[in-house]
Amino acid sequence: MSDHSSPSRPPPSAAQPSVTETYELSVNGRARSVPDAWIGESLLYVLRERLGLPGAKNACEQGECGSCSLYVDGVLLNSCCVLAADAVDADIRTVEGLGDGGHLTDVQQAFLDAGAVQCGFCIPGLIVTVHDLLDRVPDPDELQVREAISGNLCRCTGYGRILQAVEDVKLARLADPEGSS
Amino acid sequence: MPISRPTDLAGALEVLAEVPTADVLAGGTDAMVEISFDHRRPEHVVALRRIDALREHRVSPAVLELGATITYMQIETELAEHAPGLAMASRTVGSPQIRNAGTIGGNLGTASPAGDTLPWLLAMDAEVELTSAARGTRHLPLAAFITGPKRTAREADELITSVRVPRVEGPQHTAKIGPRNAMVISVACVAVIVDTTNRVVRIGMGSVGPGPLRATDAEAAVSEAIDWEALRCPEAAIGAFGRACAEAARPITDHRSTAEYRRHAVGVLAARSLRRCLNA
Repeated sequence: MSDHSSPSRPPPSAAQPSVTETYELSVNGRARSVPDAWIGESLLYVLRERLGLPGAKNACEQGECGSCSLYVDGVLLNSCCVLAADAVDADIRTVEGLGDGGHLTDVQQAFLDAGAVQCGFCIPGLIVTVHDLLDRVPDPDELQVREAISGNLCRCTGYGRILQAVEDVKLARLADPEGSS
Repeated sequence: MPISRPTDLAGALEVLAEVPTADVLAGGTDAMVEISFDHRRPEHVVALRRIDALREHRVSPAVLELGATITYMQIETELAEHAPGLAMASRTVGSPQIRNAGTIGGNLGTASPAGDTLPWLLAMDAEVELTSAARGTRHLPLAAFITGPKRTAREADELITSVRVPRVEGPQHTAKIGPRNAMVISVACVAVIVDTTNRVVRIGMGSVGPGPLRATDAEAAVSEAIDWEALRCPEAAIGAFGRACAEAARPITDHRSTAEYRRHAVGVLAARSLRRCLNA
């Protein structure tokens, strides 16, 4: 990823031997082994660089942008702020685990239909966040939607169509509660 | 084993006694940023999320006690009835993702001058409970616990286990200024409690000093001016309260704002919050 003065890489081992740990994570229902990882690695880093799951995006690495949003034990979190080695025995669900065998979820489809995807970088985080909102609050008003996505920054500033997509899913689910994913 | 994942308090205290250099991990919203930007390289981490007892709160007639790993989201939803001002302040923290993770003990432990819960806790005369394996439990008033910007009286083998405040009746309000409504570190913030139990107005101010500040002269003067039966106050006294709070602030100029603006803003927020607590 980006080269800004950062992050989430193990510290230079020459200066100081890294403290490592071997552990197992449960990601999207599968047990994944993480051997010899520096203990300071974030869940975001481990998912992307060790487990080949690039859906959670790495942008700010400081809990500001929401691009790395996912579920840990059903709770919406920024994975850059989760210590991977502390996420053992938790149920981790990433954007890759939302759809069912290659099918898009209703939220993903609505984002496409509404033209809510511009550069796309913020979209995986927004998809997880919108699922979280609509699963908890089936009929949010616009202020509730804005508050719910306030931690997901879209630098293309395409919020109008993102809000439209949320509204579309909300109405479709309210009309057909059985049809939601 | 470089990471400890204790399931009870005794287990966590044992590790801290053996490895006092260990980093304590609660919600991770401060610690992980420091680690990812290489401002902190943990040799050993003690993770607290499996300790259920730290996530509990207790309500007695006189005291509200909050476990250290209670999240902002829990305060916002489950504790709004017992601590309305704290719930308002918690809702202004970061984003939903941050509020799902960040904890009140973490806000205390980080002791940022901009910590969003600290003005309310200070105004409420909060006491921080610190526990160690060697010396058991001690309680420190928040003003003694915070010793400077991002500095606390916590010893390396101690854990912040809870924070307690007296239960008081009466309206509460918090307010915060920053560049936008979400995801901001405050430029100035206040918590005002119109404590009808003790008939005093309490104010805590944040981001306008090295730690949260009270404005005791302002509190005393306005407490005299309030009609406690009607919960009304002459407009002149409310204006004077705002000016006295601004006077009591000790702001600095930094990359987020100027000292002058912070002093002005905290006075406006103080008067506005008091007005919102009172009947028109």
